[in-house]
Amino acid sequence: MATTTPAQPPPPPPAAPAPQKKMNRLGLPLEHYTGSVSTLCSGCGHDSITNAVIRAFFDYGIEPHRVAKLSGIGCSSKTPAYFLGRSCGFNAVHGRMPAIATGAVLANRNLIAVGVSGDGDTASIGLGQFMHMVRRNVPCIYIIENNGVYGLTKGQFSATADEGSASKAGHVNDQPPMDCCALAINLGCAFVARSFSGDAKQMQAMFKAALAHRGTALLDIVSPCVTFNNHEGSTKSYKYAKDNDVPLHEIGFVPFFENIAVDYEPGSTKEVTMHDGSRVLLRKLDRDYDPTNRLASIQLLEEARTQKELLTGIFYINPKAPDFTEQLHLVAEPLYDLPVERVRPPKPVLDEIMKGYM
Amino acid sequence: MPVDTMPTPAAAKAPSSGKPVINDFSIQVATANGSGSQSSNNVLLRSILQMGIPVSGKNLFPSNIQGLPTWFTIRVSKDGYIARRKVSEIFVAMNEETIDSDITDLTPGNVLIWNSDLRRTVKRDDLIEYPVPFNKLSWEACPDPKLRKLVTNMVYVGVVVHLLGIEIAECETALKKQFKSKQKAIDLNLNAIKFGVDWAQKNLVKKDPYRVERMNKTAGQILIEGNTAAAIGALMGGVTVCTWYPITPSSSLVESLIDLCRKYRKDPVTGKTTVAIVQAEDELASIGMVLGAGWAGARSMTATAGPGISLMSEFVGLAYFADVPGVIFDVQRVGPSTGLPTRTSQGDILKAATLSHGDTKHPMLIPASVQEAYQFAQDAFDLAEQVQSVVFVMLDLDLGMNFWMSDPFPYPTKPLNRGKVLTKDDLDRLGKFERYRDVDGDGIPYRTLPGNPHPLAPYFTRGSGHNEKAQYTERPSDYRNLMNRLAKKFETMRDMVPAPVIEADPKAEIGIIAYGTSHWATVEARDQLRAQGVPTAYLRLRGYPFNSQVAEFIDKHPRLYLVEQNRDGQMQSLLSLDMPQYATKFRPIRHYTGNTLDAAFIVENLRAQEKGGHLGETQWFGPRGH
Repeated sequence: MATTTPAQPPPPPPAAPAPQKKMNRLGLPLEHYTGSVSTLCSGCGHDSITNAVIRAFFDYGIEPHRVAKLSGIGCSSKTPAYFLGRSCGFNAVHGRMPAIATGAVLANRNLIAVGVSGDGDTASIGLGQFMHMVRRNVPCIYIIENNGVYGLTKGQFSATADEGSASKAGHVNDQPPMDCCALAINLGCAFVARSFSGDAKQMQAMFKAALAHRGTALLDIVSPCVTFNNHEGSTKSYKYAKDNDVPLHEIGFVPFFENIAVDYEPGSTKEVTMHDGSRVLLRKLDRDYDPTNRLASIQLLEEARTQKELLTGIFYINPKAPDFTEQLHLVAEPLYDLPVERVRPPKPVLDEIMKGYM
Repeated sequence: MPVDTMPTPAAAKAPSSGKPVINDFSIQVATANGSGSQSSNNVLLRSILQMGIPVSGKNLFPSNIQGLPTWFTIRVSKDGYIARRKVSEIFVAMNEETIDSDITDLTPGNVLIWNSDLRRTVKRDDLIEYPVPFNKLSWEACPDPKLRKLVTNMVYVGVVVHLLGIEIAECETALKKQFKSKQKAIDLNLNAIKFGVDWAQKNLVKKDPYRVERMNKTAGQILIEGNTAAAIGALMGGVTVCTWYPITPSSSLVESLIDLCRKYRKDPVTGKTTVAIVQAEDELASIGMVLGAGWAGARSMTATAGPGISLMSEFVGLAYFADVPGVIFDVQRVGPSTGLPTRTSQGDILKAATLSHGDTKHPMLIPASVQEAYQFAQDAFDLAEQVQSVVFVMLDLDLGMNFWMSDPFPYPTKPLNRGKVLTKDDLDRLGKFERYRDVDGDGIPYRTLPGNPHPLAPYFTRGSGHNEKAQYTERPSDYRNLMNRLAKKFETMRDMVPAPVIEADPKAEIGIIAYGTSHWATVEARDQLRAQGVPTAYLRLRGYPFNSQVAEFIDKHPRLYLVEQNRDGQMQSLLSLDMPQYATKFRPIRHYTGNTLDAAFIVENLRAQEKGGHLGETQWFGPRGH
């Protein structure tokens, strides 16, 4: 049938009511923050950490392309593939995540570096790089997924295994553990926290606080290994951690983009304003604690060590410590794409240099 | 002076005292490390250079800060030869610890200027001797006991200046260079030199034939160390991240860069810097930072020596497997282990070329001169980004830490080549991106940089198995494809590294191959051989992997000599791996004492092998030796 009127598209079928998808402040859905499917053992604590990272970055509204995920080698170091699939990542060599992260942020100071490491990767083979990264205050969220064992090589003790903790094969660890939080505070780290992978709420608040910090933010997260370290006699099992987790405070977080007044009883909450204007609210539980007092944090961790207490919370924050890019007096723009005229001096400079050697 | 364990060439004939020898001799000075002798020697070197006479200086120094013996050799050569010579005609003995052995080793007819205030037991009657009471003179020249030791060395400069006829005005100019604007130091030292000259005038009668005479062969020349030259190259090459760990003999490369960047890489408005220089905790960290920065798009570099290269091994393998760029300057010293940290060798060639476990190979740029150190430093950054690979620049201690004459360096004319980097706009246009796909058929894939906002841009870099989409894989075909692509990339590099320099001679049956600082002794050796009726052709390697000219050259010459400064023929191994058809053709000339190579060694060894002669204990070639 001939017709002179242009064909009209058929009217759309009546739309099924789409489920209301929650978007973050950038208008991005949660899927923009997820990664590939985890290949870790079912029930692994690391997967809970992965979920907390996804949630925190989504809630905070971080642009995924600004994130660089860095890791070493081990079960923990595989996890950057499982979160933030729209961010670039670099799975480096064993114990050397800090060096890769340092190089990356020097090249591009606009990157938000997230370094994932394990207890073996950090406290054994990578101890030197961990300490020097902390000492330099390289801007990076440094996550230790701490289960006290080497998972990929099937259950050997790591340097964070507690003295007296038993392995699956029944061996008892007779060496004292490395406390990465105490070590970091000692080295001048300006954000030091410990959490437990069974406490999603605490982890998410901590990740957000870490995102608001400029400099190395250390998060030591006890994350049980369901396959090699979840038995009776282990001090890094789910049961042990649940039974012994002593939260230092309840962590609240008000991001800089939400101008919310929070009411609290005077003396009940310690408030810290972070580098980007966000506020961390630490509500008192059993004890008075000021996380901006470095000496107090050292004493706190020493007491927790002698009492064999699994203390979790934000132990120390100093939002004012200059980060590594500031220490180096780098220009504000990322170094990697400075135009040639800013990185190659003009001819008169070479002439002047040559004259000096004549 | 440490004597080579190699056979000495026929002893230099003592010239008849009547006939003057002008602008063609060597001076060796024996002092103690840390006594300020470096300044004195540099003043001598510069003064002669400023008189228009070709000159070179070699410092033979111990791994020590103060006290152990040091020998500095200045070669004056009207013909422009700048390699070390085995024999020095003039010896200045200032070190009590070595005075006896030094004098014992002198060749009959040598000139000996010696500090007669030192204890000396060895007597010789076949030398031309000038005893000088240097201690006493320095007391007179310098009342301040704190400065006296430094001044002693300037007094010997004065004596040498008088005996050789060096112009005192040039000493003054050289002192100004040496001490910049420190007028007090200039005056103190100039007085000491003049004191030495005056004393020599009054007390010494010239008995030897050696002297200098003004020429015009050095006008406009600079005098510079290879490490400084490489640092200037890095500056002009647009380095943005440099991480390092101090190690002799490479430290002065980065220290020069730090000085240069403080001056020339500061934003004039904000005072902020456009380069990050980090002293790392060790070489594992320095190479890790280089690769993190290279991955994120910076022009990144480190400088190190053999022990550092060993430590960087694992990370360099990751860079190879995951296509990450970075530049490593290797200023080679004597290994294995700590070896002789302050002596020179070409001992890292094979290690650098194949560094790390698994199948790995890396490109090398091999400069012979300070100008090439400058040029190749720039080229290395371009190449690293073009081929997404670690690039080695192989200097050695001789090039890096000794002073060399050179034409001033030319200003770069080429723009920076940043390689195959896809921007957001590129991805919009292409609509597709696979990190490790060989789109162009040259084995070099395209990359995106972290921070690129295009949704196609992010990818995951890993040292474990990966496919073209940068996804984890253990599939046999994926692994093989990746290794084949990397091999193809290496093939592409054959014509991207600096081509060899060939000096053909249609009459020559003998071809000589050398590389790096072996060049200078080889040039001189070829002139000597030519004078003896033995013409040679010459190919100087400047890069690895080799291009097709190398095989042509090897094929063309019936007898092929390969000059190296290592025991095992490391370059011979690389050539043989690449061109197994020639594996048995190479006749090795290998120098491995820690001293720099000299022409006489090459001539002697080549002639002995031409005669089918036996080389005795000078070289060990293993069971397949010639």
